[in-house]
Amino acid sequence: MAEPVSVAAEYLAGSRARAARTVLGQVVLPGEELLLPEQEDAEGPGGAGERPLSLNAGARSRVRVVCGPGLRRCGDRLLVTKCGRLRHKEPGSGSGGGVYWVDSQQKRYVPVKGDHVIGIVTAKSGDIFKVDVGGSEPASLSYLSFEGATKRNRPNVQVGDLIYGQFVVANKDMEPEMVCIDSCGRANGMGVIGQDGLLFKVTLGLIRKLLAPDCEIIQEVGKLYPLEIVFGMNGRIWVKAKTIQQTLILANILEACEHMTSDQRKQIFSRLAES
Amino acid sequence: MKETPLSNCERRFLLRAIEEKKRLDGRQTYDYRNIRISFGTDYGCCIVELGKTRVLGQVSCELVSPKLNRATEGILFFNLELSQMAAPAFEPGRQSDLLVKLNRLLERCLRNSKCIDTESLCVVAGEKVWQIRVDLHLLNHDGNIIDAASIAAIVALCHFRRPDVSVQGDEVTLYTPEERDPVPLSIHHMPICVSFAFFQQGTYLLVDPNEREERVMDGLLVIAMNKHREICTIQSSGGIMLLKDQVLRCSKIAGVKVAEITELILKALENDQKVRKEGGKFGFAESIANQRITAFKMEKAPIDTSDVEEKAEEIIAEAEPPSEVVSTPVLWTPGTAQIGEGVENSWGDLEDSEKEDDEGGGDEAIILDSIKMDTGVEVSDIGSQEMVFHHVGQAGLELLTSDAPIILSDSEEEEMIILEPDKNPKKIRTQTTSAKQEKAPSKKPVKRRKKKRAAN
Repeated sequence: MAEPVSVAAEYLAGSRARAARTVLGQVVLPGEELLLPEQEDAEGPGGAGERPLSLNAGARSRVRVVCGPGLRRCGDRLLVTKCGRLRHKEPGSGSGGGVYWVDSQQKRYVPVKGDHVIGIVTAKSGDIFKVDVGGSEPASLSYLSFEGATKRNRPNVQVGDLIYGQFVVANKDMEPEMVCIDSCGRANGMGVIGQDGLLFKVTLGLIRKLLAPDCEIIQEVGKLYPLEIVFGMNGRIWVKAKTIQQTLILANILEACEHMTSDQRKQIFSRLAES
Repeated sequence: MKETPLSNCERRFLLRAIEEKKRLDGRQTYDYRNIRISFGTDYGCCIVELGKTRVLGQVSCELVSPKLNRATEGILFFNLELSQMAAPAFEPGRQSDLLVKLNRLLERCLRNSKCIDTESLCVVAGEKVWQIRVDLHLLNHDGNIIDAASIAAIVALCHFRRPDVSVQGDEVTLYTPEERDPVPLSIHHMPICVSFAFFQQGTYLLVDPNEREERVMDGLLVIAMNKHREICTIQSSGGIMLLKDQVLRCSKIAGVKVAEITELILKALENDQKVRKEGGKFGFAESIANQRITAFKMEKAPIDTSDVEEKAEEIIAEAEPPSEVVSTPVLWTPGTAQIGEGVENSWGDLEDSEKEDDEGGGDEAIILDSIKMDTGVEVSDIGSQEMVFHHVGQAGLELLTSDAPIILSDSEEEEMIILEPDKNPKKIRTQTTSAKQEKAPSKKPVKRRKKKRAAN
């Protein structure tokens, strides 16, 4: 983490927008403006601001770039709103200029539409359940949003149960709403999470790391003991193994993965595999 | 912000883990978390970390007029505040219950035990005395606030130095720290609170509960003791009924813990004293030098990782077989078999015999005395099959047989062959000796083959 933050500070002092391409993988600070590739030529290396006159000024090729978390569109530049490392993903199939986002670390969750989260039911009132998801407001979950639920056939959900669902409405103006079915009406793994097991909280960055495709940690953990595990994007993990001791070991490993280097982790796993 | 609710599965898991003597962070039942004491640059300022619970203590003094009915004694003032950064649930208006309880307990522990000599705080009787004020701030809440707060208070008081005063006749001279070295307070003993959390109506007890354990506990017992094993305060909250020997046991444990903590405190005070005398660097900045601001550091949790796989096998092997599952086919005649018990015999007592108990489905452990099955077939000499009788104590009997199909027939002369031996040597029923076999009090719901009509 010994990033040359001084470099960033120097640029900020000059208040010159940098090209996003050059800053990939480096730490960016809130307030910085980033230039997209197509705009670099217009700005010029000296930042003089003189644009060469061109006859077809409006016909620049427009590339669709997706602005991910931590970035905001500001005019035709990107404005950084969170501190962290800038990342970029190439477009999969031709169209668009890919996705830019900032990898930041935080523990407090803000509901985002489409996220799958683990919630705790806090109240049952009439037709809806109030579910605490770790955000500023409890999310509402209608009893009809379970697979196979009808007005007569209500799901068996008690106060204090764990629910795995996704958000259909999540913005800063309304209370979030979640459902436990997908767009086809199937549960697809969502719904009430079983009775035993342990729920614990980790940082959001760790969850994203564990849910990345081909995550080493998950593969190694899977080789240790048979287990069931549910990750919520709100930082909550539910884990269940055969015995209480195994569950405790797994919970502690996952919490510690945040702070361990990969060598330390391999050491711990090999020690566990032996015993 | 509202507190995050505790889900049912967490509560259940924690209680089950406590029953198996396992804690979330791998501690033993009587273990404290790591205690770290660090001092600030001023005298009387310290931070105590009990695991992740952090309390900041600061002592200050002032010359005031004494209370009217205590003209020769100084004044002590204690104040504990729950800062909003300690937990999201702590909001300015919302903490009153917990706050009052903690403050009251702290006052009783420190003031009523007379650990500080208030007479020595008197400067001019009736006119000027020292008022010592102890301010404690909770910086992070991870359970057991009271222990951390009491340690912080006593450490801060021991560390504090008040300005020197001299009285000559009518003249009182107050020296600044530059003129004369400040003087420590006169402290008789160091009372420290030890918390015990009780679960399942007093059956299980844990020392130094962390935040999760505090949420599921039934009651809390706090004992304030000093290293001379004098109890300064005892408080029991939560409304659990404690037995006398439980309280005595807790006080013994508290004695041991307080001795350890007092030693730790004295060592920390000594270290700080040494560093200041040698002119080295001291203060908070020095004590956290090797941690980065982002604090990518976690203490190792001493979870017992040995024998995990075998333990699972043992548990499965020793577990009671499901009582409803009957895997024994009972062959009545060639071509007719019975699986399961069927409904109870509703014809009433066929004979005047005692009840029999089952050892769960599939395992046919039969009391030898009167062995009657619903069908009325007697277990006769089981000669050729291997059978092991264990005489346990005086009257407990158990039947272990080898695998063989049960073949029943109406003929009473044929041999009874029993399948599905009772694998479990632990299912030993001890019965009171009596001529008649009484029904053994069995804890699991057992399926009785024969109901004693008389008992109904």
